[in-house]
Amino acid sequence: MTVDAAPGYQPGRTLSFTTELRRQLTRRRTQYGFGFLALLPLLLLGAFQLGGPDDGGSQRGASLVDVATAGGPNFAAFTLFASATFLVVVVVALFCGDTVAGEASWGSLRYLLALPVPRSRLLRQKLLVGAATSAAAVVLLMTVAVVGGTLVYGWHPLRTPIGAEVAPWTSLGLLALATGFLLVHLLIPGTLAFLLSVRTDQPLLAVGGAVMLYIVSNILDLVPALESVRFVLPTAYNLAWTGVFSSPLQYEDMAKGAISALLYATVFLLLAWRAFARKDVVS
Amino acid sequence: MALPSRPARLRAALSRPSVRRRVVTGAVVAVLVAAGITWAAWPSGEPYGSSDAMVTVRSGPGGDEPVTLDTGLYVPRSATSAHPAPAVLLAHGFGGTKDSVATEAKELAGQGYVVQTWTARGFGRSGGRIGLDDPAYEVNDARRLLDRLAGMPQVQKDRPGDPRVGVVGGSYGGGLALLLAGHDPRVDAVVPQITWNSLSRAFFPNSDGGPATSGVFKRSWAGLFFGSSGLDPAAILGGGAAAPDASGSPAPSSSGAPASGGPRRAAPPAADPQCGRFTAEICRMYLEIATTGRATPSAQALLDRRSPQSVLDRITAPTLLVQGQADSLFPLAEADANARGIAANGTPVRVAWYSGGHDASGSQADQDRVRFLTLQWLDRYVKKAGSGGTSFTFSNSGGLNLSTGRVTSTGFSAPAYPGLAGSGDPRRITLSGPPQTIAAPPGGSPAAISTVPGLGAAGALVGGATIDVPGQVASFGSGPLDRAVDVVGAPTVRLRAASATGEAVLFVKLYSVGPDGRSTLPQGLVAPLRLTGLPRTLDAAEPVRVALPAIAYRLEAGQRLRLAVSTTDQAYALPTDPTTYQVAAAGDLTLPTVPATPLAATGSLWTRLLVGLVLVLALALAVGALVARVRRRRVSSTVDPENADRPLVIRDLSKAYDDGFVAVRDLTFTVERGQVLGLLGPNGAGKTTTLRMLMGLIRPSGGEIQVFGHRIRAGAPVLSRLGSFVEGTGFLPHLSGTDNLRLYWRATGRPDADSYLAEALEIAGLGSAVERKVKTYSQGMRQRLAIAQAMLGLPDLLVLDEPTNGLDPPQIAEMRQVLRRYATDGRTVLVSSHLLAEVEQTCTHVVVMHQGTLVAAGTVAEVTGESSSVLVGVDDTDAALRVLAGATGVTRAHSSDGGVVVDLDPSLNGTGRIEVVRQLVEGGVGVDRVSPRRRLEDVFLTLVGGDKQ
Repeated sequence: MTVDAAPGYQPGRTLSFTTELRRQLTRRRTQYGFGFLALLPLLLLGAFQLGGPDDGGSQRGASLVDVATAGGPNFAAFTLFASATFLVVVVVALFCGDTVAGEASWGSLRYLLALPVPRSRLLRQKLLVGAATSAAAVVLLMTVAVVGGTLVYGWHPLRTPIGAEVAPWTSLGLLALATGFLLVHLLIPGTLAFLLSVRTDQPLLAVGGAVMLYIVSNILDLVPALESVRFVLPTAYNLAWTGVFSSPLQYEDMAKGAISALLYATVFLLLAWRAFARKDVVS
Repeated sequence: MALPSRPARLRAALSRPSVRRRVVTGAVVAVLVAAGITWAAWPSGEPYGSSDAMVTVRSGPGGDEPVTLDTGLYVPRSATSAHPAPAVLLAHGFGGTKDSVATEAKELAGQGYVVQTWTARGFGRSGGRIGLDDPAYEVNDARRLLDRLAGMPQVQKDRPGDPRVGVVGGSYGGGLALLLAGHDPRVDAVVPQITWNSLSRAFFPNSDGGPATSGVFKRSWAGLFFGSSGLDPAAILGGGAAAPDASGSPAPSSSGAPASGGPRRAAPPAADPQCGRFTAEICRMYLEIATTGRATPSAQALLDRRSPQSVLDRITAPTLLVQGQADSLFPLAEADANARGIAANGTPVRVAWYSGGHDASGSQADQDRVRFLTLQWLDRYVKKAGSGGTSFTFSNSGGLNLSTGRVTSTGFSAPAYPGLAGSGDPRRITLSGPPQTIAAPPGGSPAAISTVPGLGAAGALVGGATIDVPGQVASFGSGPLDRAVDVVGAPTVRLRAASATGEAVLFVKLYSVGPDGRSTLPQGLVAPLRLTGLPRTLDAAEPVRVALPAIAYRLEAGQRLRLAVSTTDQAYALPTDPTTYQVAAAGDLTLPTVPATPLAATGSLWTRLLVGLVLVLALALAVGALVARVRRRRVSSTVDPENADRPLVIRDLSKAYDDGFVAVRDLTFTVERGQVLGLLGPNGAGKTTTLRMLMGLIRPSGGEIQVFGHRIRAGAPVLSRLGSFVEGTGFLPHLSGTDNLRLYWRATGRPDADSYLAEALEIAGLGSAVERKVKTYSQGMRQRLAIAQAMLGLPDLLVLDEPTNGLDPPQIAEMRQVLRRYATDGRTVLVSSHLLAEVEQTCTHVVVMHQGTLVAAGTVAEVTGESSSVLVGVDDTDAALRVLAGATGVTRAHSSDGGVVVDLDPSLNGTGRIEVVRQLVEGGVGVDRVSPRRRLEDVFLTLVGGDKQ
């Protein structure tokens, strides 16, 4: 009888979720990411307090600004609008893009692999923790926004840009739905950053690359000539969650956006798994 | 020797599997991307041919006035004289040209219809003057086009001279479609969209049902149509009014097309700048009504001759009426009148409302619905293929989609068209409020704003654009609604009014008021009212029934209603004399309802797709996990029993990197339990590559590694019996040394008790520094911590790569002790080093590598032990070599740095050296020293020296 492995070793128990979570949560960049997202609503609150009444600019989507100070839920909706297309994307790209490349740059990746944490499991745990911290960060943002907005502007019904009103508790449900969709949609920058993270040893390249591609997609989104192929752009549906503020609720774009996000995420993750399974880890 | 040709080199390069794979993958991706772009951008092969022609037809009351029309013809390729196709006459909106309907024409041609488009007389490049769908001119023009279609062999005929044809058009074109159907029995089906029943009522509405002669002049819309005749109405109406043309439906205007027609106009320049391209008759009529604000009987007669209402009883072609809910020009009541008039003959009529109209383009879903219904109607009654329901569909505008800025809507369906009074139980709402006195300002200014032609309620929808002037408006409010009500149709209310002049012009609006007090005027629609014969006081006033504009609008529970009666409205001609009115509500407000079911939205389709996708992905994930588990189990169960007790067996191991560099070549050696094996070689000898392969980090390109009989691959469980420190440390810099080791051990998932953390930390010897963050450590401290990490759990095989780098001499000495002790109870240590002394002092066994190959292997004693070679220092090398050439006991001699190297016959057992010295001295060669050569050093120095060259 031979000994297959060291006593107590089971591939399925290596790098548990809590261990990986501890590895990531103790990192400064994670703490800064959470800090920024918690701070943003407060900054916005301060800006609104300093800035006096708005001049009623009402462009595409800007109408969420017009009603931003109508109450806590309204303020949270505006916060989501203000952060969804960039800040949150950067934080998610950071959490998901730094996770493997960061280990590679420290040199700790090879020791994890030699533990051995099976490669597939390593990716899975990293992805789960990256996704969980990303989700937690967005939820933190929204929680601070709701609480802060309510403290300053009161617990009032959500006033939608089209003039309807939604009872505060119901509006929390709508905000949760919008946040939920946003989280699903963030799979695109998240898994893209994760793919780049697996392909490179430089965290900056992974995070920056994902954000850059996202920005390029956003720019292409603005080109009218691409209207007919707009739906394939990863950012085509990044504001679809505003459909929850329509009456009746507009979920068609959210469904399309979720499909787009899942397809993109599947492709990115398959590529990531394939790349990592064959990769020669030399860093 | 010739260089290999380029293809040969390419082939050579491609023959490396990884390169080939990458090239192939890249090529496949490139082809797919290119194909995708091509597919998206390539114009799909057109299944029809199109041609333009300037056609002169004889028209007018006597059929003898020639006019040149700019026409376009789209013929499906499938249409031949043997297989003729049905035809569609496609008319454009006011201010447009045949180009405005090109998109829809192509779509219909793609569906197998011969499509005839043309620019109506007075527009674009066509000749003639605008007669406002005059039966003698515009309608006769269209009849001549029917003649033309009848003469085409590829057009299907009902009988000679009678083509199978449907007529489709929006607004101006819709009016023409109905009038044509009334004047020419050859028409087989009509689809008039957003058009009028009575032009006089459309421009002189009176919501108490009075005649146009007492109506209130819809000044701003009329101004856009008539007053701008010399200009492009489209330029004034702007993009906002280009209502449904995004869907390909005919529109009252279309951006772009008229502008390009300007300089090429075939029509004579307008003689009278006042009249533009209108006929003199129309022009005179307009100047008259616009000046007085009243319709004279002659004006009414002129307008009515151009209205479908005059021919409804003659229409036998099945009619699909599409009317816009956002339409302050031709409101839903116009389509209602058409529907009732045509249905009275027993002609099939279907009605559809959608969220667009002259004021908005409508939601995408609604545009799709209109397109679908139009095609379904044509297929049923022109192509006579397929069936279609008779249901009435409408749309509940739900607001704006913030990400696209478009109106959103939910479609509803009812079994049959109920008319404007609804088919369900009407809701009665009690209005309260005292009688109020309101003022009509002199000159009609300032005026309330409710509708902006072409923009309609777009402003009102986002709140704030609807303005009432205080003092000019009487309000009657309701309590909050106890439950939501979907209003479908025209609400009605009774009012009483009194006026000092006996006459009153009033504008009645029904606002929905949110809980926050904000008012919304559905679609910005207003009911204008001219009352005559009013008493001076309310006491004597009779109730007047007012039909408010028809809407499809959801009122939520908790909302209230406010009936506003205003004396002014910007969009209408107003009395100029100041006066006051008294107004009172007389009875309940009646809200019509229609029992309807929501249409399956495309959203639900996508939601179902999403659910399906999630299920598929979940299934794929589960299957993938299962397959991976089975495969893992199969792989890990293969053990080579022969080597089950050998810590390490390396066989024919090779590693060639992608760039062709061969780091390790055919390496074979074995490590037994209890050994401290030194892997010795200069930098670049392939030591680290070998160790990486041993850890499963990189894949060998040939041969295999077995650890305790298990073949090593990425993540092989047996790696858990191996502790390693290879090529630099790897710590989380923000954590302390202890935390790093603790987390590392936790990541193994093994019991804490097995970690021997304390012992490892003792070996690291970092003292209190273990509690400091690793990023503050020196290189040596990190090194020691890394070795401690490798020893966690006391692995059976400890692999250390250059462990003494960066350590100071006492620590090196200590490390040697540690490593030797570590191997005592059956454990094994593998140390790589480029220092001979290091290996000599630490190891029991040694493997020497150079340029990826094994040079020597064995016990240190064997490899480094004294050999039978000696280095002899002599004063004359040549003489010495001469002497030694024939000496006994010498197998070989050659010169070397500082003397000659002499290989002795090993059988002499050491006496050979004495013999060599004796012979040299006897041969007259001076000997100054004799030193033993150690083979390892010899080899090693040669190798290192060789590397320096």
